[in-house]
Amino acid sequence: MSYFDVNNITVAFGGVKALNDVSFSVDQNEIFTIIGPNGAGKSTLFNVISRIYQPNNGNVVFDGKDVLNLKAHQISQIGIARTFQNLELFENATVLQNLLLGRHIYKKSNFLSDMFFLNHVKKSEREQRLKVEEIIDFLDLQHYRDTPIHGLPYGVRKNVELARALSTDPKLLLLDEPSSGLTNEETIDLGFWIKDIKNLLNITVVMIEHDMSFVNKVSDRILALNYGQVLAEGLPEEIQSNSEVKKAYMGE
Amino acid sequence: MRFIFKTNYDQDINIVRHNGDRISYGLLVAAMIIMPFFIDDFYLGELSYVFILAIAGIGLMILSGYTGLASLGHAAFLGVGAYTHAFLLTNGIPFYYSIIIAVAVSFFVGAAIGFPILRLTGMYLAIATLAFGFIAEHVFIRWEHFTGGNRGMVVPTPEFAGISFYDSATFYYVCLIALILSMFAAINILRSPTGRAFVAIRDSEIAAQSLGVNIGRYKALSFAISAGFTGLAGALLAHYIGYLAPDIFNIFLSLTLLLLIVVGGMGSLHGTIYGAIFVGSLPQMIAIGRDYLPSSIASQPGLEPLLFGLILVLFILYEPLGIYGRWLKIKLFFEMFPTYKKQTFKKQKTFTKSDRV
Amino acid sequence: MSLIQLLIDGIASGCIYGLVALGFVLIYKATETINFAQGDILMLGAFVAFSLIGVFELPYILGFLLTVLIIGSFGFALDTVVIRQVIGQPPFATVMLTIGLGFVFRGFASIFWGTDIYSFATPFSGKITEFNGLIISYVNLSIIIGTIVLMTALYLFFTLSKIGVAMRASSENQLAAYYMGIPVKLIFSLIWAISAGVAAVAGVLLAPITLVDTSISLIGLKAFAAAVLGGFGSIPGAIVGGIIIGVVEQLCGTYENYLFEGIREISAYLVLLLVLIIYPRGLFSDKAEVKKV
Repeated sequence: MSYFDVNNITVAFGGVKALNDVSFSVDQNEIFTIIGPNGAGKSTLFNVISRIYQPNNGNVVFDGKDVLNLKAHQISQIGIARTFQNLELFENATVLQNLLLGRHIYKKSNFLSDMFFLNHVKKSEREQRLKVEEIIDFLDLQHYRDTPIHGLPYGVRKNVELARALSTDPKLLLLDEPSSGLTNEETIDLGFWIKDIKNLLNITVVMIEHDMSFVNKVSDRILALNYGQVLAEGLPEEIQSNSEVKKAYMGE
Repeated sequence: MRFIFKTNYDQDINIVRHNGDRISYGLLVAAMIIMPFFIDDFYLGELSYVFILAIAGIGLMILSGYTGLASLGHAAFLGVGAYTHAFLLTNGIPFYYSIIIAVAVSFFVGAAIGFPILRLTGMYLAIATLAFGFIAEHVFIRWEHFTGGNRGMVVPTPEFAGISFYDSATFYYVCLIALILSMFAAINILRSPTGRAFVAIRDSEIAAQSLGVNIGRYKALSFAISAGFTGLAGALLAHYIGYLAPDIFNIFLSLTLLLLIVVGGMGSLHGTIYGAIFVGSLPQMIAIGRDYLPSSIASQPGLEPLLFGLILVLFILYEPLGIYGRWLKIKLFFEMFPTYKKQTFKKQKTFTKSDRV
Repeated sequence: MSLIQLLIDGIASGCIYGLVALGFVLIYKATETINFAQGDILMLGAFVAFSLIGVFELPYILGFLLTVLIIGSFGFALDTVVIRQVIGQPPFATVMLTIGLGFVFRGFASIFWGTDIYSFATPFSGKITEFNGLIISYVNLSIIIGTIVLMTALYLFFTLSKIGVAMRASSENQLAAYYMGIPVKLIFSLIWAISAGVAAVAGVLLAPITLVDTSISLIGLKAFAAAVLGGFGSIPGAIVGGIIIGVVEQLCGTYENYLFEGIREISAYLVLLLVLIIYPRGLFSDKAEVKKV
């Protein structure tokens, strides 16, 4: 059993199988990328892992724990964090407030102590702020700390989405199309950051991606999906030369 | 423009950002404290009414403005607070205990209502709260043992430890203190992890969940806290009106509270105060306006609901950010003078898209 | 009163709820907004009919049609001038807007027509027919038959006519409908017109039973129960939901002594809450639900 196992996941909407018996394993501290044409079921897979969807079949095990047994708000407690393809930031809050929400699971107060803002609440606020500032430094967001999200450019928003996931101190990071919409420079920066996340922060990364050159530069291993089924799994060179994968992307 | 040089996290955590604000708020509170020496009893009463409205507004603002949950029947919680408090007072419970129990009862009723309907979204939640409001009104009318039924209920005027509510100034100070305490409590909640979770639920439930916020629990909590504040306002309201007629906690009263938060400015506690002042002075302004209207219109009982509805509609259409929003725009105008651009606040053209899959 | 008698009364009042609920559902299907002022539009319909038939003494059919026309145009104008401004904004804005409008309509009615209770003569008032020992009032019959006729007409309109299909397209995705050349704004206003017209029909049919005064707008909330029970996206569901609510109300009224006093008035709201809590999809929902955790 590896660090993160997905076994025989099947998700059917009515008669359509979005995912059909999908299985793969991810080792600790690797960068694992899932590729596939649109509609292949990649985001559905993430939604199953983050417990938004209930699969018809299969199981997911992370670090020995049964993920499918959890509710959506419990996955961050076992160390899984995710970003969303269409960005689910808190539009009316500042960058800082978005990131502070990432520290929610480390909250030690209840609403009564919050209401009186007792000393330990204040102390905790300072601690969380310190932690969040580390993430801000890591992703160069200092300039935007106090800016509400709705005023920010797209590239910065994607960064905030990533930063917020990181502020939960995760062990497994699920990135849904992190480079979509980014310029070339931003994509290069992203590549460095993802490598840093793996090497410096020791976080395992599973990401969905479309940009093949980015994928090949950054990933340790790749999984190719098509029509909800696994096409191939392996090293970037193997996937690049795999005929099934080429057929799915290029057509016959 | 004021620049704040930050050297300490506390500057962001604390309630007041800088000394200038400390002075202005301090002066405001001081002015409120010395008010009874300068104005007569009638206006003290009006001001107390504004304070009571503000406390109720804080409750609704936390629920709707900050957590994004509609509540169209919030007058029900005013009723719960009012009747509980009056009932306990009539049965000899001392004032302080009675108020605290009333707030607690309101809190738990809010939690009880919050739990089953927390799964509902947007429209359905609004409808459910509306239905709850009607049912609550009906219960108040029918539950004779507790509320006096159709005869209504007289609210005893407490006298204790040398303090008497027959004196308007005393009641005024009680309301003022209640408001200040409520404000502190609300500000604390909103700058703490609990408050952040509320805002997260409003802006993106799905992201909040992925960050570990138990949506169900926090929605119910928001309901409960909101009900608690509103219950406190209800208890004080009971003293203000003195006699609880059977049907006063009706949809029009709920509308009054909604008007308060919309006019004041959703999503800010400043808005609560502005809204309370506006709604509190509205009956007076209507009464004055009546003199200028032809008698056929002025004498109609339907005039007040008509005007309330009209003001609500106009604010939604033309001033959706409320008075506080307008004040922010004015402040921005002066800060950026002469480079202010009206386009800063121009709404994007929006389209509806079905949420149905 | 026999059970069948009860059922007929319940079905008749249920039809009214169903018609109002129909108005809700139409607007919701088109614009994903809920018109909290629907009951108040019903009230306006009843008042206008009173003026035309009762005061100006127009013949019933003419007054009826004219009322529907006037209120329908009013609905069209309402959308064009007011509702359109808040389209696309978060639902709270439309909720507040329509609630406010409801109060405006009610206040206006009490000022313009006064606070008395009015009535007007209809060809059905006071007449009854006997069938197998049952006494059925013409009024109840008119309501039931009127509902059936209206339902059929609307059903045919939406499934067969081009405008009906265009309406369904606009409700699914407004932007895409624009790209297809559908005049979305016009369509929305037409839906509001139809919805208002349906409310007006309900108001005129109801008037002989409840008489005409501002409190009849409270039917709106009971109609909500009908719409939710039927599944908010479904037209036949609205009517079925209405009938169920109507019958439940009658039953609660009759067996009040076994439950508790006063349950009849809030039975609709209780049903509403129960449905929302236990089975919010309603009976005839058209959503394909993804199994959520």
